[in-house]
Amino acid sequence: MLLPLLGLLQQAPWSTIGSELTSPEARDALRLSLVCSLGALAVALVFGVPLAWVLARATFPGRSLLRALVILPMVLPPVVGGVGLLSVFGRRGLLGSHIGSWPGFPLPFTTAGVILAQAFVAMPFLVVATEAGLRQLDRRYEEAAATLGARPWHRFRTVTLPLIGPSLAAGAALCWARALGEFGATVTFAGSLPGRTRTLPTAIYAGLQGRPEGAVALSIVLLAVALAVLVALRGRWLGVP
Amino acid sequence: MALAGLLLAAGCAGPPRGEVTVLAAASLAEAFAGLGATLSFAGSQQIVAQVEAGAPVDVVATADVESMARLVRAGLVDEPVEFARNRLAIAVEPGNPRRIAGLGDLARDGLRVVLADPSVPAGRYAREVLDRAGVRVRPVSLELDVKAVARTVAGGEADAGIVYATDVGPPARVDIPDAANVVASYPVAVVRSAANRPAARAFVDRLLGPAGRQALSEHGFVLP
Repeated sequence: MLLPLLGLLQQAPWSTIGSELTSPEARDALRLSLVCSLGALAVALVFGVPLAWVLARATFPGRSLLRALVILPMVLPPVVGGVGLLSVFGRRGLLGSHIGSWPGFPLPFTTAGVILAQAFVAMPFLVVATEAGLRQLDRRYEEAAATLGARPWHRFRTVTLPLIGPSLAAGAALCWARALGEFGATVTFAGSLPGRTRTLPTAIYAGLQGRPEGAVALSIVLLAVALAVLVALRGRWLGVP
Repeated sequence: MALAGLLLAAGCAGPPRGEVTVLAAASLAEAFAGLGATLSFAGSQQIVAQVEAGAPVDVVATADVESMARLVRAGLVDEPVEFARNRLAIAVEPGNPRRIAGLGDLARDGLRVVLADPSVPAGRYAREVLDRAGVRVRPVSLELDVKAVARTVAGGEADAGIVYATDVGPPARVDIPDAANVVASYPVAVVRSAANRPAARAFVDRLLGPAGRQALSEHGFVLP
C-alpha cells in the first residue's frame, strides 16, 4: 500500500519543485482546483445538509431508496457519472436541450461544469457523515430548546449545528478532498482546458504525457493534501483518540 | 490422451502461438480490432510512458515517429517499421449543420471547437496545420486523446474538432486539402522485453501482410 507513495516521493523533483509548482500551467491548475473544490463543497453544503436532515429525521416510504441513491456516486465509476451528467446537462441532454441558451449554459466545458461534476461525486461523503452525526445526537437537547420556545431554525442553528459540528466538519473535509481529486467525471463532463476546466488531476494526467516532472510535483501536492485531511480526521476515522 | 494432446500441440507448431499484447495509438482502435491480439489503446505519449514504466506489452504502435524514437533511444524496442499513414480531417456533426468548409471556419465566433492536447500527436499535428493556415482557434477543450475529440463532436457537445481522417466517417468529416495537411506516420515495433517474441513478430508480420493492409485501408489509412 505504501510503495506507490514512496515511489512518488522518490521520483519527486525536489530541487526544482518550487519552480515546477509556480509554472503558469501548475498555477492555473492549482488556482482552478482550489476554486472548484471549494465551490463543490459549497454546493454540497447547501444541498447535502438538508438532505442529511431528511434522511436522519423524516420517515417516509422510500427513504432507504433515497439514501441508496444519494450514496450511489460514491461507488459509481466517476466516468459513468460524467456520462450521466452529459445526458442531463449536455447540449442534447434532458435539461440541457431546453436550458442550453440560458446565460452560463450549456455547462460542459465551463468552470461551473467542473464544480457540478465534483459536487456530484463528492457530496455523498458530506451527507453520510452529517446524517451519522444527526443520528448520534441526543435529541433531548433539541426538545429542551423547543420547550424553552426556540423556533425550529433558531434551534437548528444554536443547538443542533454546534452538536453535529465535528461530524459536519469531518464530512466537509472528506467532501472537499474528494472534490479536489476528482478526475473521471470532470474530464468526461467538462473537458480539459487550461485555466478553465483543467484541474490538478487532469493537469497531472496531461503532464505525464509531456512533462512528467511537473506532473509528479502536482501529485505531491495532492498527496500532501490527502495526508493533511487524514491527519486532521484521525480521531474520527482511524480510531485514535 | 495426454500423448494425443501433446502430438496435437506439436502438430500446430507452424505459426507461433500464444497471447500477444499490443499497445497502440488510440486512432488505431478500429483497424486493429480484427488482427487477433489483446489490444490496449492510449495516446501515443501515454504509450511511451507506459512502456518506459515497464508495462507488460509485446508490441507497440504509435501515431508518430517522435514517440517511437523515444522508445528506440531508451533501448526498449526493436527497430520500428512504418506500417500506415494518416491525415487530419475536421470532424463535424453528421450532415455538417454548421456548414464548416475548411480550417478557416474553425475560427468563427460562437463555434465550439475541441482539439487534442498538444502533448499527444493529434494535438501537435492539429496545431501545426492551424499555424500553417494562419488560423487562430480558441478551443473549448484540449482533450487527452484523439478519440475523445471525435466522441465529443459526435455526442453533440462541440461543433467541430480536428481528428485523424480515420476517426470519422464521410457524413461527419470535412477533408483538409493535402497542401494544408500533415502526414502522420505510424511505426510499429516489438518490445525488447516481450514475453513472447515469436508471437509478437508474427503479429507485426500479420500487420504488414495482406490481412493488416486490408484492415488498415478499409479504415481509411494510407499504406506506405
